[in-house]
Amino acid sequence: MGMTMTQKILARAAGQESVKAGDLIMAKLDLVLGNDITSPVAIHEIEKMKVDGVFDKDKIALVPDHFVPNKDIKSAEHCKCVREFARRNEITNYFEVGEMGIEHALLPEKGLTVPGDVIIGADSHTCTYGALGAFSTGVGSTDMAAGMATGQAWFKVPSAIKFNLTGSLPKDISGKDLILHIIGMIGVDGALYKSMEFTGPGVASLSMDDRFTIANMAIEAGGKNGIFPVDDKTIEYLNEHATRKYTAFEADEDAEYDQVIDINLSELKATVSFPHLPENTHTIDEIHRDGDIKIDQVVIGSCTNGRISDMRIAADILKGKHIAKGIRVIVIPATQAVYMQCLEEGLLKIFIESGCVVSTPTCGPCLGGYMGVLAQGERCVSTTNRNFVGRMGHVESEIYLASPAVAAASALKGIIACPADL
Amino acid sequence: MDNAKGRVFKYGDNVDTDVIIPARYLNSSDPAELATHCMEDIDKDFTKKVAKGDIIVAAKNFGCGSSREHAPISIKASGVSCVIAETFARIFYRNAINIGLPIIECPEASKNIDAGDEVEIDFNTGIITDITKGTSYQGQAFPEFMQKLIAAGGLVNFINEGK
Repeated sequence: MGMTMTQKILARAAGQESVKAGDLIMAKLDLVLGNDITSPVAIHEIEKMKVDGVFDKDKIALVPDHFVPNKDIKSAEHCKCVREFARRNEITNYFEVGEMGIEHALLPEKGLTVPGDVIIGADSHTCTYGALGAFSTGVGSTDMAAGMATGQAWFKVPSAIKFNLTGSLPKDISGKDLILHIIGMIGVDGALYKSMEFTGPGVASLSMDDRFTIANMAIEAGGKNGIFPVDDKTIEYLNEHATRKYTAFEADEDAEYDQVIDINLSELKATVSFPHLPENTHTIDEIHRDGDIKIDQVVIGSCTNGRISDMRIAADILKGKHIAKGIRVIVIPATQAVYMQCLEEGLLKIFIESGCVVSTPTCGPCLGGYMGVLAQGERCVSTTNRNFVGRMGHVESEIYLASPAVAAASALKGIIACPADL
Repeated sequence: MDNAKGRVFKYGDNVDTDVIIPARYLNSSDPAELATHCMEDIDKDFTKKVAKGDIIVAAKNFGCGSSREHAPISIKASGVSCVIAETFARIFYRNAINIGLPIIECPEASKNIDAGDEVEIDFNTGIITDITKGTSYQGQAFPEFMQKLIAAGGLVNFINEGK
């Protein structure tokens, strides 16, 4: 029986000829990741282990990004804990404020994630690197600790859902609309314990940034990982970024899938997830039909949509215009490199002149940490990934998940809108 | 493993880790402090009412969302002896096993057990007994590999024993 792309990568990492869905395997890890929230718990755990340091100081990435620059004293203590651990263990890939970015935008940019890798990260959006043809998945802090100590992790080999993409995205529609559409279709547990393998002729039309956004939100459908084939666009990205040699894997032609879902990209519409679950999706037509939704805040950024393409899309819509009166708009380039590119391309000027604030890279508002916490009854259109109760602040605030294009258009109108409404 | 026994707190589908332990408290990693905010955004009375041994019963996809291990840690530190659900989100499932919080999948128990019922779980057999109603259910037993992990008291001890 053939193997899926994910199964082939896992077989390689387990040193086995083949694996099948349901097998429990021990796999060698190519990268172990943690941030300022999850790493301190992992560091406490690794200190309880009878191990001498970490398995490989070059294969660990520590990225303080959630509550940095330190939002309060407790966060500062957490960051200090991570910083000192990194120093003590001579961790090569520790990224201090000034060189850090939001982890899932930063690591591919730094070339630390490549095709064929097996990557675990103590952050649920670690599944992002599947865009590059890697197996990568989120775990908790204890798994991170064990990974740092032993260079291995146990996995139950997942079965898969195949998403066969055809056509190409219409104007103003992006990877975010596609992944929200998929989550709306299969639900927040529609891919529970499974791989989401994106394939078909439509993949070629998706930019790398679109693919990062799509793989990033596999977890929002319950998926273990999301993964894309390695094609010319991937190779072009890797030629610019990769720091290591890599092996590209392909699914076998006779691989078995639990389900095959065909999606024609050309038919997609701007899609928004309403409170309080990502599966609660509405197309822009439905929103227009059902009446205006007034908003208080817009956030454009995060590991889902803080890359340069996202910034360009938002700036293109905001250019020469001003955001609606009474609206706050927070723009957060995901890494220092994206920030610099925004500066060089004149995007920062566009954002500031249109009335937005621009922040240093941080996960802050996405999880209600800081830098844009919502008050009771406030509504936010956000390019982030979760709209759970209380996620961005007060339990009676509301989050509408959308693409950068919808977020920027909504900022100008003061209601949920798309560029065609302007 | 000893049996779990206690009163039931009942929740629905998709209880996410943001409501189990909101991110505004993630500037701490102290289990006792996290426990004081456990379930705060879905059930503000939980921390006042929960007693050692109590049991959480939920429906589909319990623990979805963020990978924060603080979620099972806060539940365990609240004194909860077991979480029963129709299904668990995969990261929460791993985390619970890794930190030694007993969890068990059982759609029938999840459907039929009510809030306030007195429930007992035998982890050796996977049998869940609703003492209040006089009914019992067969929960999903763990694969042998995970039983070893749980028997060792979590992943850290498991690795230490292997050294």
